[in-house]
Amino acid sequence: MEIIGERINGMFKDIKQAIIEKDKTAVQEWAVKQTENGATWLDVNTGASAEDQMAAMKWLITTIQEVVDTPLALDSTNYDIIEEGLKLCKRPALINSCHADRYKIERVFPMAVKYNAKVIGLAMSEESGIPKNAENRVALAMELVAAADEFGLPFEDLYIDPLILPINVAQDHAVEAMETLRQVKLLSDPAPKTVVGLSNVSQRCANRKLINRTMLAMLMACGLDAAIADANDDELMEAAATARVIMNKEIYCDSYVDLFKSKKY
Amino acid sequence: MPVQVLKERNSSKVTSITLGATKEQGGTRTGTITVGGEASLPFLHFEGEMPNKPVIAMEVVDRVPEEWNEELKAAFEGVMDSPAAWAKKSVEEFGADMIFLKLQSADPELGNSSPEKCIETVKSVLAAVGVPLAVVGCGIDEVDNKVIAAVAEACAGENLLLGFATQENYNTIVAACMVHKHTVIAQSPLDINICKQLNILISEMGLPLDKIIIDPSIGGLGYGIEYAYSIGERGRIGTLQGDKMLALPTLGTIGFEAWKAKEANVGIDEFPGWGEQAERGILWEAVTASALLQSGLDILVMRHPEAVKLVRKNIGDLMVPNSL
Repeated sequence: MEIIGERINGMFKDIKQAIIEKDKTAVQEWAVKQTENGATWLDVNTGASAEDQMAAMKWLITTIQEVVDTPLALDSTNYDIIEEGLKLCKRPALINSCHADRYKIERVFPMAVKYNAKVIGLAMSEESGIPKNAENRVALAMELVAAADEFGLPFEDLYIDPLILPINVAQDHAVEAMETLRQVKLLSDPAPKTVVGLSNVSQRCANRKLINRTMLAMLMACGLDAAIADANDDELMEAAATARVIMNKEIYCDSYVDLFKSKKY
Repeated sequence: MPVQVLKERNSSKVTSITLGATKEQGGTRTGTITVGGEASLPFLHFEGEMPNKPVIAMEVVDRVPEEWNEELKAAFEGVMDSPAAWAKKSVEEFGADMIFLKLQSADPELGNSSPEKCIETVKSVLAAVGVPLAVVGCGIDEVDNKVIAAVAEACAGENLLLGFATQENYNTIVAACMVHKHTVIAQSPLDINICKQLNILISEMGLPLDKIIIDPSIGGLGYGIEYAYSIGERGRIGTLQGDKMLALPTLGTIGFEAWKAKEANVGIDEFPGWGEQAERGILWEAVTASALLQSGLDILVMRHPEAVKLVRKNIGDLMVPNSL
């Protein structure tokens, strides 16, 4: 299970402040803390408020890579910023993200191939928005899979995101996302990987952590490979480690939780 | 009819581990042995490389093992009272790749040899043969912690294979291996979960994973061999899927298990239908070994020279790359 640590994001006050003041402390602290707790990737998002987002992205990447060698997930809607970022990444990165719109695919997939990067492909398009049912999400996922084949992006380097919505406002979506995960795994051989932005499920809910980790375990059983999540939520990480053991993906031993955190999946 | 050969894509392989140390490496061995490195299930050469062949370590005991079968004792007649001579004969005459020296006389009831006496024995065997050496104690934790630690220190740099570290007793022997540059045998009781846990505990002490050989325990033919097989297979599949804590070469005490079996020992007079005991005992050991080779064993600890000969031929045949 790959956990994409979500904490280095300009939406958080400390990171926003760090970007404004060019103070590396908070960024580097979170880079280390997330890595030590088992994050496979670190998401990097400048937030919408940064004045010069290109400069902020570059600064964040350099600052993070000074203290850890964990690979980065570059999170931006501006692909020029992502491309500049990819040039700085020491290890193959993850592009977060690409809608199933043709013009976006044509911009992102060749770039991913060029920089040996992986891509999060969203099962939505500008036209359709987030489809209500699994069937339409899978159809969009298929377009992404076909595009991967067309542009020479290995299927395993494509992470399909079935999209999950807050459980308090869109309760009917979660089961559709789960069904999407099951079907996405049948689209190609080798199958594409799958990812979700996990914390979204509990936006504005009470019991956020409980909802997050329950959702994670259920999604894993449906074929989830990765989640953008809070890598420092210990109970979440423990649930992920346990789900792997229950699914027989990892041979049980008494230290399996520590092993999950120390080892990258 | 054209047949498409389906090949597994494995993401990981067994760690390669070198045993023994030459003069340049700080030891006195004339050669070293490397085991492990397999990137597929055993002998599926078309799916992944198998760079090192399984090796045979012949067992030498530091006391005359009166309890051994007469047939077995006859093979080593005249050398059983001298571990050095026994080892020399095993290597020079019977072609052992390694010597597996059991310091059984340290047992208070089987000789009560002092650590100093044990060191002397190990040194005499090191002087008699040039192959790498495995050294294990008598099986009593308190005694072995003294004996093996002393041997480790006295033979620093030899990169001996020292045993056994178990979940209940691993600190002393692992520390000795770390300080004096040896490799440890991590022994678990036919339990893949404990096997993995023990490797974690040992590596948490700071011994690198490429200094650990797994003894997952085995059963002889007719005495749980299928269970031993499934444990070995499970470990290898875990390894190939990327489980680093299981991705280590394995050792099996074949001779010990096979010759425990009633079928290896009783005479033809008792069971006329079973055939001659001498031949049957040898086959019992050889079949145990060749069956468990298929579970992925890297080091076979064996006793009878005729069984060794049969198994060596079997290994040679299995190591020929298949054309698929």
